[in-house]
Amino acid sequence: MTRDELKKILQDPDFQSLMKKVTTVSLIFTAAILIIYYSFILLLAYGKDFLGQPISPGSATTVGIPIGIGVIIAAWVLTGLYVYWANKNYDPMVKQLREKFRR
Amino acid sequence: MKKIIYTWAGLLTVSIPSFAGNEALVGMNPVAVAFFLFFITATLGITYWAAKKSRTATEFYAAGRSISGFQNGLALAGDYMSAASFLGIAGMVATKGYDGLIYSIGFLVGWPVIMFLIAEPLRNLGKYTFADVVAYRLQLRPIKILAALGSVAVVILYLIAQMVGSGKLIQLVFGIPYEIAVFIIGGLMITYVLFGGMLATTWVQIIKAVLLLGGATIMTVWTLAKFGFSPENLFQSVKETAGENWLKPGGLVSDPIDAISLGLALMFGTAGLPHILMRFYTVPDAKEARKSVFFATGFIGYFYILTFVIGFGAVVLVGLEKITSIGKGGNMAAPLLAQALGGDAFLGFIAAVAFATILAVVAGLTLAGASALSHDLYVGVFRKGESSEEQEVKITRIAVLVLGIIAIVLGIAFKDQNIAFMVGLAFAIAASTNFPALLMSIVWKKFTTTGAVASMATGLFLSVVLIILSKTVWVAILGNPEPVFPYKNPAIISMTAAFIVGIVVSLMTKEPEAEEKYEEMKVRKYLGIGAE
Repeated sequence: MTRDELKKILQDPDFQSLMKKVTTVSLIFTAAILIIYYSFILLLAYGKDFLGQPISPGSATTVGIPIGIGVIIAAWVLTGLYVYWANKNYDPMVKQLREKFRR
Repeated sequence: MKKIIYTWAGLLTVSIPSFAGNEALVGMNPVAVAFFLFFITATLGITYWAAKKSRTATEFYAAGRSISGFQNGLALAGDYMSAASFLGIAGMVATKGYDGLIYSIGFLVGWPVIMFLIAEPLRNLGKYTFADVVAYRLQLRPIKILAALGSVAVVILYLIAQMVGSGKLIQLVFGIPYEIAVFIIGGLMITYVLFGGMLATTWVQIIKAVLLLGGATIMTVWTLAKFGFSPENLFQSVKETAGENWLKPGGLVSDPIDAISLGLALMFGTAGLPHILMRFYTVPDAKEARKSVFFATGFIGYFYILTFVIGFGAVVLVGLEKITSIGKGGNMAAPLLAQALGGDAFLGFIAAVAFATILAVVAGLTLAGASALSHDLYVGVFRKGESSEEQEVKITRIAVLVLGIIAIVLGIAFKDQNIAFMVGLAFAIAASTNFPALLMSIVWKKFTTTGAVASMATGLFLSVVLIILSKTVWVAILGNPEPVFPYKNPAIISMTAAFIVGIVVSLMTKEPEAEEKYEEMKVRKYLGIGAE
């Protein structure tokens, strides 16, 4: 790739909007998993009684069990949502830009 | 190659019956031996097939970039789910209850981070190792020295922990003497990687992942069937046999700072493990890289949910007394549950699965360590980035052999040592040395070579020193009464310091060339133009 070509891509408004979108989305997703995980850790540190109580009177299952499993499922669902977003938005934008610059 | 297969097959048929002791859990169990031989024959067959396709550097390090996202997802899961997580976490759930689940969650949450911050740029910018990405716009030699150091440190620590753990496991399960077990594992691991490179390693990991997920699923369904497929019934029985404390969070998270520190190490350590990062170069493009994290996260998360049920199943169906009387930390909970469910035949199958699990992990580690030594250190540092492919692959093969022998020797040397700190240290180094430099090199324009070197050196130095000063080494091994460093995991200090030092030093130095290349790098990072 020549310098001019490179400059053209870097200054292309579509490319700039792509960078902005990808950065924003990945930051939102990262924040989501950090908030979910560290809320769980803080709940463990300060809310042991809450997590240790039965989900309904008389049951052996504690509130902590569905919450813990929920964190695992949430982590997986987040990666799924990201793939969904990227397939729907990121990939077509990349394709379009590559076609535009014939790369 | 054929000769080697025969030698191994010969050695195994001789060694298993003749060394099987009486105290062993499985011993000469024909089902175990049959599965064991089946797995070895299949994987050696694959190695033979892969050897023909492992000649060029891209083939040897990255399986010719021919692995699909789904296959890589399975292989990533196979690379990551060690025998420690299968036996260790099931054992932890059995002996400590709910806290086992907390631990496994920590091991999972690094995966979304890999996906959102690392996977796509890593695939687009690098060639064979994560150090390629850090060195992309910085000066090759200083970066590669530090990155190779970080990778090799993680690999060696992790390898020793795996070797010692697996030697003990095989001794306990099959009755083979510890040293022979370490030799068998080391020998097979060297054979896979030396001849079959990444392609053979990948398929060993895929087969292992399928076996492990399948075995754990059967165990879970079988266990739940005994409780009318009602988890509530299972928990009720746990409450009756072990007490209601098993279903509540216990002592694992008593100090929030310690818990956050451990969480940081597990989360960002996963995103800095060289053998995991290397797998992203086996797929054709960033799209497949992204897909592979989705599958890996699903498989690993599913597996941890299964181990939770398996651990509790063992409490009820085997009994705590028996679990704690065999093997440290309840490590034998899962095999004992298998025996309780399906007798010696099923136990044999699960034992063989555990063996496959170990092999897949150590093979991945050895390949990552060898690439750091050859691609980063030899080619990047000594040859200044210029070397023929033939020469590079040759050096990698020598490195595989050397690392394999080191792993066997250290595995035997550390037999009776306390190695509990090693995996923690490996994760702390990965989180503090590899991850900050990798992330900053991807996202921060003003990052400089001096900043990167200072950051990696700080992370490595602090994680090692703080682990030595912490309870796990200072008190448990060196015998001092009180730890100097109050937390069990150093990541909260060492990782934060690595970021701060990296930022401050980069701001104090200027590297116009690197800033200019950052702009150019953007096109490749986002669009994949020019990606390998």
